[in-house]
Amino acid sequence: MLSKLLLYFQFPFVRYALIVGVLIALCSSLLGVTLVLKRFSFIGDGLSHVAFGAIAIATVLRVSNDMLLVLPLTVISAVLLLRTGQNSRIRGDAAIAMISVGALALGYLLMNIFPVSSNLSGDVCSTLFGSTSILTLTAREVILCAILSLVVVAVFILCYNRIFAVTFDENFALSAGTPADRYNLLIAVITAVIIVLAMNLVGSLLISALVIFPALSAMRIFHSFRQVTICSAILSVICALGGMITAILADTPVGSTIVAADVLVFFICWAIGSLRKTA
Amino acid sequence: MSLLTIEQLKIGYEGQPVVSDLNFRVDMGDYLCIVGENGSGKSTLMRTLLHLIPPLGGKITYGDGLRANEIGYLPQQTLVQKDFPASVREIVLSGCQGRLGLRPFYNAEERKLAEENMKRMNIYDLADRSYRMLSGGQQQRVLLARALCATRKLLLLDEPVSGLDPKVTSDMYELITSLNKEGITIIMISHDITAAIRYASHILHIGSQVFFGTRNMYLQSDAGKMFRAEEKGASSHAE
Ligand SMILES: Nc1ncnc2c1ncn2[C@@H]1O[C@H](COP(=O)(O)OP(=O)(O)OP(=O)(O)O)[C@@H](O)[C@H]1O
Ligand SMILES: [Mg+2]
Repeated sequence: MLSKLLLYFQFPFVRYALIVGVLIALCSSLLGVTLVLKRFSFIGDGLSHVAFGAIAIATVLRVSNDMLLVLPLTVISAVLLLRTGQNSRIRGDAAIAMISVGALALGYLLMNIFPVSSNLSGDVCSTLFGSTSILTLTAREVILCAILSLVVVAVFILCYNRIFAVTFDENFALSAGTPADRYNLLIAVITAVIIVLAMNLVGSLLISALVIFPALSAMRIFHSFRQVTICSAILSVICALGGMITAILADTPVGSTIVAADVLVFFICWAIGSLRKTA
Repeated sequence: MSLLTIEQLKIGYEGQPVVSDLNFRVDMGDYLCIVGENGSGKSTLMRTLLHLIPPLGGKITYGDGLRANEIGYLPQQTLVQKDFPASVREIVLSGCQGRLGLRPFYNAEERKLAEENMKRMNIYDLADRSYRMLSGGQQQRVLLARALCATRKLLLLDEPVSGLDPKVTSDMYELITSLNKEGITIIMISHDITAAIRYASHILHIGSQVFFGTRNMYLQSDAGKMFRAEEKGASSHAE
């Protein structure tokens, strides 16, 4: 088994996939706590559907590097969703549901009307569930993914204290002069970037799992924001690595294997958490 | 010069006034209690004083070198906080966020300030405990310590005792009074008119009738008499 693994490591695309996978897992777990607690997890879900629609458009237009189209479209939708969410007259959840389901339907319709390959359901499936796209990244995409992930991690570390303050208590943050609106916008934009990145790893349907499970797992065991953030980053990276290696060895779909690992870890953490409580 | 001067203030949301024609002054060392029925606009007034929402008219003037982001604020509790994974230390430290300026991280001085305020509120031994596992009274102390990190002069407290049992409530009032004696000006919203009369130096009653004045003036006023009559009525009903 080890020799099989070593053999695979000889291929640059496998090494690329592991590096990019780890980076994406790292940054997608960072905002988990914030998204769960701010009830933003719906935005994440909605955005992943928008990204699916955008990918469909990119496929139909035969854009060579689809991230250059998908990224701006998703970021713009994130900003719009945040705006409508704050508007008290339109219910935020309803707006998100409308946009996300609309994008999903439109994407599938486009791919149906203008099929680019004979294997339509295969295309749709790989966009939704990621299938093997992480193993087919070109060197340019790898660099783009790596840069974006590092930027996300850097921005998160620099804004860590403000993100904590705005998530925990927006009113207090505002009263202390922290421009909470600007940080909410930042959180939405980072979420959009993470979702576009994570589409490469797990596909659009499974993104929420990648974002939310590590945070939920860490929250079972740890009780400070810092510990939870660090723990969820570590768990996410371990699950991504373990999932990818398992997928390569056992020839299973990458995305769902990673998410399965996340689910497994969640149950382990949940058990540890409840054991501690009774002890 | 007064710490805070309010003239002809009109407050509300999106152009719809909730209360208008507010006039009052708060001097250094005062203890002002804001009372009034549910929905009368007490929280709205506090949010306006903090510049969280714009006033619909009138003027708010800060004196004595007070800046809007140097006010300690204790908001009404929100739902998010109920299951938030954060340690007491992290929350108290976040009270220093107004001092950060362009720096991304807190410095040693700010960490020390947070520790001092935890000691002051008697929660230093809870510093590494989880906020969501504390009792309601302990949580309020944490939020008070956070507010103290933000100010040396003025505290705005929105119903600091809601949901606390009588013993913890009176402890909380004593704590607030001791802070006031240390020289911190207090503006507090309360439903508890008896406590307001016991502890405050000034009272602002908002609602259909607006009253502002010292505690003694309030006891003589119509609004005060009415409210106290209601209180008596309510307590005799309860018996
Ligand atoms: N965000 C908002 N947008 C529009 N109207 C609001 C908003 N928040 C409160 N109001 C309205 O403003 C009025 C005053 O509300 P406020 O919260 O100031 O009352 P309050 O005196 O603090 O009441 P309570 O004692 O229940 O805390 C209410 O009629 C309320 O419906
Ligand atoms: Mg209120």
